[in-house]
Amino acid sequence: MEYFAPATVGEAVARAETEPGLVRFLAGGTDVLVQLRSGFVEPDLVVDIKRIPGMRAITAENGGWRIGAAVSGAELCRHSGVCADWPGVVEALELIGSTQIQGRATLVGNLCNASPAADSVPAMIAAQAMVAVAGPEGTRDVPVAGIPTGPGQTSLGSGEFITSVFLPARGDGGGDAYLRFIPRTEMDIAVVGCAVSLRVDGETVVDARICLGAVAPTALVVDDAARAIVGTRLDEAALSDLGAACSAACRPIDDKRGTVAFRTRVAGVLGRRAAAIAHDRARARTSE
Amino acid sequence: MSMIHVRTTINGDATEFVCDPRETMLDVLRDRLALTGAKEGCGTGDCGACSITLDGQVVCSCLMLAAEAEGTEIRTVEGIAEGEQLHVLQRKFLEHAALQCGICTPGILVASKALLDENPDPTETEIRYWLAGNLCRCTGYDKIIRAVTDAAAEIRETQ
Repeated sequence: MEYFAPATVGEAVARAETEPGLVRFLAGGTDVLVQLRSGFVEPDLVVDIKRIPGMRAITAENGGWRIGAAVSGAELCRHSGVCADWPGVVEALELIGSTQIQGRATLVGNLCNASPAADSVPAMIAAQAMVAVAGPEGTRDVPVAGIPTGPGQTSLGSGEFITSVFLPARGDGGGDAYLRFIPRTEMDIAVVGCAVSLRVDGETVVDARICLGAVAPTALVVDDAARAIVGTRLDEAALSDLGAACSAACRPIDDKRGTVAFRTRVAGVLGRRAAAIAHDRARARTSE
Repeated sequence: MSMIHVRTTINGDATEFVCDPRETMLDVLRDRLALTGAKEGCGTGDCGACSITLDGQVVCSCLMLAAEAEGTEIRTVEGIAEGEQLHVLQRKFLEHAALQCGICTPGILVASKALLDENPDPTETEIRYWLAGNLCRCTGYDKIIRAVTDAAAEIRETQ
């Protein structure tokens, strides 16, 4: 295995593109190192992107936030601007692992690891986040939902890597939230996760996007659940319809973390609860 | 396989080492630099016995390649005491018997010190969540929480 720490995006792409063997890009390493040490993945080349300028930066852009691919959970949680605009995305990343893992884990790493149970991915999809992909053909912007294609699989081509995530301008009356179910309080992987991002006018929901994790091979955008609450004040009937739509959308597996029946039911419960939190946050932003 | 030359700072001392690209920071600390305080428990970032700080942030040294240490500042449990003078956390761990076999203790001391540097008055809940990634098979955690709470109180009194 070769370790390469380029100083520019161009150097990283050029070296990765010409590597005939297996390439892994390294940011926080909390997944890559586990795979490497277990022998599950044996890369021929590891490209450490942390010395490339901008990879550790959070910058304001068009009213939103551009977050470098190597920004850790701990760094994101300390950023008051991102925390104010996108608390659901921040809480989703913050739920992953321990204090030690938070010191290194990144949004982009969580996305590229492509676990169906990744916590931050539903939150980024609900937020309509985009990623910047650098590669041999130059740079392209891709919706977060376009990256994972199945468990452990992504749409990234040879020599391509994600350089940043862009969270769009939150705007007035916007709020988001992420909840997951785990059988303990910390240090576990989601049995079900649910992110809700919505916008209110007064108390009425005018726009919503709901995304479930760990109930299908990739995160699931549930348009029926969003339709169930748009135009409502998130009353009991709307919440009930939202929950039913979330459960109906689930295509989960039975495994040691949860059964199909349990995941299906819990998806509805989390959908209702996350929507209520997002609604409260949205109204709080309106009244500011 | 070519070896990598790394320049870093460990416990305040400029340090250079040569490592294989596959070696973790934990491997290098223990096997090349004779800093055996950090322990390998799980090797997968679950147990926290290998905790160090990297540029002030607590991390698992088993989940970090040694080559990544270039230009960084690392602190380990060996840097917590000042000479023969134990850090208040170390003293309180002894007073409260907050350890038995001791394998988890270096990691818990490093993580606890990082918490108290950032928050000198943590609640019990904050301490428990902060240390959720430091597993201990012996103590049942209560004595550890008491030792950290007591150390925080003494630090606040003396500052």
